[in-house]
Amino acid sequence: MRLPFRTNLSIAFAATALLWGMTLGSAQAEIYGAKQTTLDNGMQVVVVENHRAPVVTHMVWYRVGAMDEPAGKSGIAHFLEHLMFKGTDTVGPGEFSATVARNGGQDNAFTSQDYTAYFQSVASDRLEMVMKLESDRMAHLKIAEDQFIPEKQVVLEERSMRTDNDPGSILQEQASSAFYRNHPYAIPVIGWRHEIEGLQLQDAVNFYKTFYTPNNAILVVSGDVEAEKVFDLARKYYGTIPARTLPDRPDLREPPLLVSSRVTYRDDRVRQPSLSIRKQAPSWTQADNKADSYALEVLSQILGGNSTSRLYRSLVIDQGIAVSTGSWYDGDGRGPGMMGLYVSPAQGVSLDKAEAALRAEVAVLLKDGVTQDEVTRAITRIQDSAATARDSLSGPAMNIGRALAVGFNLDDVETWPDKIGQVTVDQVNTVAQRVLAAPGEVVNILLPKSDTEATQ
Amino acid sequence: MRQARPQTSSAAAVKTGLPPRLVMLFAFAALILLMALRPAFAEVKVEEVVSPGGIKAWLVRDETVPVTAIEFSFKGGGAGHDKPGKEGTARLTAGTIDEGAGPYDSKAFQGMLSDKSITVSFSAGTDTFSGSFYTLNRYRDEAVNLLSLALTEPRFDDEPVERVRSQILIGLKQSQTDPDTIASKAMAETIFKDHPYGRPDEGTLTSVPKITVADMKSYMAEALTLDKLKIGVVGAITPKELGPMLDKIFGKLPKTGAPDKIPAFTNKTPGGTAVIDMDVPQSTILFAQPGLSIDDPRYYTGMVMNYVLGGGSFSSVLTDEIRVKRGLAYSVYSYLQPMDHAALLRGGAGTQNARVGETIDLVKVFSDFKKNGLNADMVADAKTYITGSFPLRFTNSSRIASQLESMQYYGFSIDYFETRNSLIEAVTLDDVNALAKDLLDPDALTFVVVGKPKDVEATLPTPGG
Repeated sequence: MRLPFRTNLSIAFAATALLWGMTLGSAQAEIYGAKQTTLDNGMQVVVVENHRAPVVTHMVWYRVGAMDEPAGKSGIAHFLEHLMFKGTDTVGPGEFSATVARNGGQDNAFTSQDYTAYFQSVASDRLEMVMKLESDRMAHLKIAEDQFIPEKQVVLEERSMRTDNDPGSILQEQASSAFYRNHPYAIPVIGWRHEIEGLQLQDAVNFYKTFYTPNNAILVVSGDVEAEKVFDLARKYYGTIPARTLPDRPDLREPPLLVSSRVTYRDDRVRQPSLSIRKQAPSWTQADNKADSYALEVLSQILGGNSTSRLYRSLVIDQGIAVSTGSWYDGDGRGPGMMGLYVSPAQGVSLDKAEAALRAEVAVLLKDGVTQDEVTRAITRIQDSAATARDSLSGPAMNIGRALAVGFNLDDVETWPDKIGQVTVDQVNTVAQRVLAAPGEVVNILLPKSDTEATQ
Repeated sequence: MRQARPQTSSAAAVKTGLPPRLVMLFAFAALILLMALRPAFAEVKVEEVVSPGGIKAWLVRDETVPVTAIEFSFKGGGAGHDKPGKEGTARLTAGTIDEGAGPYDSKAFQGMLSDKSITVSFSAGTDTFSGSFYTLNRYRDEAVNLLSLALTEPRFDDEPVERVRSQILIGLKQSQTDPDTIASKAMAETIFKDHPYGRPDEGTLTSVPKITVADMKSYMAEALTLDKLKIGVVGAITPKELGPMLDKIFGKLPKTGAPDKIPAFTNKTPGGTAVIDMDVPQSTILFAQPGLSIDDPRYYTGMVMNYVLGGGSFSSVLTDEIRVKRGLAYSVYSYLQPMDHAALLRGGAGTQNARVGETIDLVKVFSDFKKNGLNADMVADAKTYITGSFPLRFTNSSRIASQLESMQYYGFSIDYFETRNSLIEAVTLDDVNALAKDLLDPDALTFVVVGKPKDVEATLPTPGG
């Protein structure tokens, strides 16, 4: 059964698993058989050959995201991403996408806290064309003021659509600073409205000049290509762009979360109350022991990965207390990690009761631990999905790019499923104690304006 | 891919807030409903396979990954069969037949799917009931058995039926405050009124509680029948293996059931503007006017015309005027929606309340093309995009299978992938301009606005009011 809201949740909260697990796992030694090189200017190049259809996905990832923004300039990483379509010394505004489309290609770009990526999918004989265009805007961006002004309105409308029109997003944005007290993850990727309004063209130019340099970039090409030929083209187009010195970027860590806080948002658009609990957890990048990160992935699968996991079976099926529930592990960023649990009560059940049931299920896990059978099944599920990782054109480029952008090396990616396969019951129980038994937490609570609406 | 399936409910998620890092903001809104069918290239070989029991499927063999993907539909077997007062029956059925079947209760059934990473899932629109199947070949026998059981021996045990029912009801409640869902439903009501396309496929807060297991069983008997079945298969599988598999999965279904009950909708869209008041910073604007049915000989011309007007995500008239030049919206788009018994040209945008009137006026500029025709370069670019991007549709198994299913759904010939581009290439500027002159209809252009728009006069009654 796939309901829109349940599916959305599972997509959202499975995202971590999706990045690493569901699409990366494999029982084989290597998932992608990717080939790599590094250009003289420091730009990394990775190629995944897949000759199924005469098409290719070309992606450039920059190791820069919203977390790298200067104070007071929130939203500039994302705004710059929009402006990257507004022309260079030789390519007019909008001409980049128009050229790609005219050649039967599709292009887009996205920004997160950790990275910014630009991609095109196109017939493989047009690879050189998109490489020429993409390398051009790595070095020669030129934005006119008359392009900047309406684009700021576009970004503000995007903010309205994604955040201000949606109570759940408002809560998330408001609650982030309770969880991240030291790391810029506290600030939304889209930016605060008042700061977006104040952004100047020069802010975008400064950000571009600071971070858009080949030694801060990764090229990933997947599809109907030969690696050596891609390397040659990369040398020709990207290899000639001089590297620039990058600023030192602090490896910001969160201090231990010792307090428990509840952040409540009421909105009369809310018809269904819900609650989520966030706990500090080591990310892969910041973990002293990487094995903890793999164990957390397995733990999250067992506790709340899908509709066969402990939380859903207990709260939704057996007790009928919740309409949806689950957990997620968010451990694949450049910054700190998180483990989360969520629940939304069934009709006529109070949010308090649903929260108590959620906590009771966690308590059972902490008391009795997970079983060998559960660990084995979770590992199999993650690894099986890997066998299908190549059943996609852009999927491999997405997964590899994302991994390298946050600090994995290619070997970490290719052997990820093996590492998952080594996770033991003891490791899962140990990280469960460490993460879930810790008293510090932030609870996000979404409620209707009046209590009567919730139980109607 | 198929736009015919009328809008699924976009009930807002039970959003507890995602971790901020999972948020990825894209430069352009993704346009899923861009085109009806983009063809593949000649290298994709489509075979017709007929099972020993006489069940037909179209197959593309592909050894890239050791999987089998099946996409299938029952054409004319959707929510059109919902009895009055029992709206949502097809949807509830789609949500419950994978929650226990044959000897397996819900937990056992879902547990097997999960343990083996098997996809067996169903969905229902007004016109059709659809299924998706995806499995690694090493689990294929078990997966086939589960799919077969779901289609022919669903248990409808109390617990899963009531659980899924309550999830649908909560989704419906939530969607009451989601501007996009409200707008979409209001548009359906405004255009189709009492016609089945005006009814909510997912049911209502009063209808969903009334649906019984007997209703679902009788729905299945009349709708999920072999005479309506279209099947596309892709993967590492031979025709010899596929034949018996088709019989195993579908062989026990009834040969015939009740015919499609949805009458043809021939009225025009009413024209004018309906406004639904909602306290949000950004108004959702939807628009619609008559479109082209899939078997209209001008359909390909229509695809080219729509791409120029608002189909191209980056370079269309609407994007240029509304987003690029004026910054009025992040997302603005149009698309052709050919349903089985009606056809629309639709679109939408999200704009701050103060500038809704201006945005609506810019959409109305559509009508200028009726008189003046379209720009020749833009028409040429549309054709190279639509033809040149076709191989991008052939990069994963389920997506190819879905196209095989759609080809049969629409009655295309088996060599369609090879002939498709020539149909687009044959479209001339004169064809597009003649179509614009004939089809674009300022009097029938209908807007629905949800929000607090300024300076917008409602000329149509408030739907659902």
